[in-house]
Amino acid sequence: MKIDTASYKLKETKQIEKAALFVGAVGLALIFLGYYSNPNQFFYSYLTAYTFWITIGLGGLFLTMLHHLSGAVWSVVLRRIIEAIMKTLPIMAILFIPVGFGIHSLYHWSHTDLVANDAVLQKKSLYLNQGFFLARTLFYFLIWFLLSRTLHKVSIEQDEAFDASQIRKMRKVSAYGMILFGLTVTFAGFDWLMSLDAHWYSTIFGVYFFAGSLVAIISFLILVSLFLGSKAILSDIITVEHYHDLGKLLFAFTVFWAYMAFSQYFLIWYANIPEETIWFMHRWEGSWKIVTMILVLGHFVVPFFALIIRGTKRNLRILGIMAVWMLVMHWVDLYWIVLPSLDHHGVHLSWMDAAGVIGIGGVFVRIFIRRLKADPIIPINDPSLQNSINFINS
Amino acid sequence: MSNQVSKTELMIAEFEGPAALIKAAEKIRDAGYMSFDCHSPFPIHGMDKAMGLKRSPLGWIVGMMAIVGGSGAFLLQWWTSAVNYPLIVAGKPFFSFQAYVPVTFGLAVLFGAVSAVLGMLILNKLPRPFHPAFNSSNFIKFSTDGFFVSIEASDPKFDKTESHEFLRSIGGRNIETVGNH
Repeated sequence: MKIDTASYKLKETKQIEKAALFVGAVGLALIFLGYYSNPNQFFYSYLTAYTFWITIGLGGLFLTMLHHLSGAVWSVVLRRIIEAIMKTLPIMAILFIPVGFGIHSLYHWSHTDLVANDAVLQKKSLYLNQGFFLARTLFYFLIWFLLSRTLHKVSIEQDEAFDASQIRKMRKVSAYGMILFGLTVTFAGFDWLMSLDAHWYSTIFGVYFFAGSLVAIISFLILVSLFLGSKAILSDIITVEHYHDLGKLLFAFTVFWAYMAFSQYFLIWYANIPEETIWFMHRWEGSWKIVTMILVLGHFVVPFFALIIRGTKRNLRILGIMAVWMLVMHWVDLYWIVLPSLDHHGVHLSWMDAAGVIGIGGVFVRIFIRRLKADPIIPINDPSLQNSINFINS
Repeated sequence: MSNQVSKTELMIAEFEGPAALIKAAEKIRDAGYMSFDCHSPFPIHGMDKAMGLKRSPLGWIVGMMAIVGGSGAFLLQWWTSAVNYPLIVAGKPFFSFQAYVPVTFGLAVLFGAVSAVLGMLILNKLPRPFHPAFNSSNFIKFSTDGFFVSIEASDPKFDKTESHEFLRSIGGRNIETVGNH
């Protein structure tokens, strides 16, 4: 992989695209074969892997809008990378289809015969029914598609010729988009993950889901920048100062995640209402207790003390390790949310869990690389580009 | 004219703009001056490095005070609700650490924030109602559109004629020496 010095576009990406496609195809083929051996396991593993990657894509959309809204300068050099991550969303929508087929395996509320004998689910059936569920998901993807397309379109127009109206337009789209994003992500979290346990409810769950996605996107962004840097692409443009800022955001969002996770737990613990506490009881049963402790320590305590140190954020090797660590923890978080609905009494790791993450990941990385090479890898006409390159943390 | 100056005196020079001020700061730093300062209407990125300033210890002060505040809050809650006057609240154990978290967090943030403000003031030797630089009528511009360097006469490298010459050679204008009166 190289960079074309005239157009600032990536070139010679065939090899990595092929590798990603191969990995993705093998992973997906394996997990789809798994469907024939254990359909329930397949759907749960697939949903975990799918939410893992879609949260990174959604984080890209969020960061793009945040960038335009805040008028940040330091992140201009990263803008094209986060836009490319955001542009994976339309194709990721296609990968949702297996989840749609798995509604009966995943979601208890989709069985009309069970709902008929369940007073609580009967009351919820106006919202939790198959048709509305799929329509909502379609609506979320439509919103995400329109937002990412508009933001990308204006961004590319800027490469042709700069006009101040482009900045205003991106800012305006982001302002409305942020509200739509907040609502759609909240309800996507409710629908896809919270409704796995249809009796249980937590109003903060959407924010918790969003907080996890922020941790994932920043980690992914650090790793992508490090990878490009190792190929001598943008290595003198994305400097240690930018990594330092990414490290600060990773720290901040890790704390934000913990704040949300604790807030959710705390109110349920205080009120002590059985229909709410049951969700945490499931996650404190048998070997799930270990996963819960891994999450508390690995998703908060360890990164809190590791990332609070300035040196960690400025040492690219350690920062890279922390990024991988946080991505793994993000997966553990989703696994901890999803799988107890299948394995009530303890953890049963399946090879399909790994196959799903690798399979969807291969496809995700391939789309991402193709989106990344389509446009110049830095926004060449952005008036803040030079300031962004020279950026220093003082 | 005597080269002897009183210890509270300052030499002030004006520079073109932020870029010129950064360059000047680097040259003054490299020339070996220790007690000098830069004055600009807005913060200039990279000035700390150009002036050769060391990292502020404020982060450590804030971190330590946050730990003091947080652990103090935790211990107080533990001692009052589990040791000194145990009460059953909502059927929960006396030592319910979950319930202590909000106050622990809150007090850690409060101690951190207050020590950040006070620490900043103390490290900057503020408040300071008077400074010799105020005796220069030209210096008023530092809060609108002026970019200044001031070298203190107490600096071991300071010499009235040499420093004047040096500041002029690196692009300083309107160079003047101001005292306490």
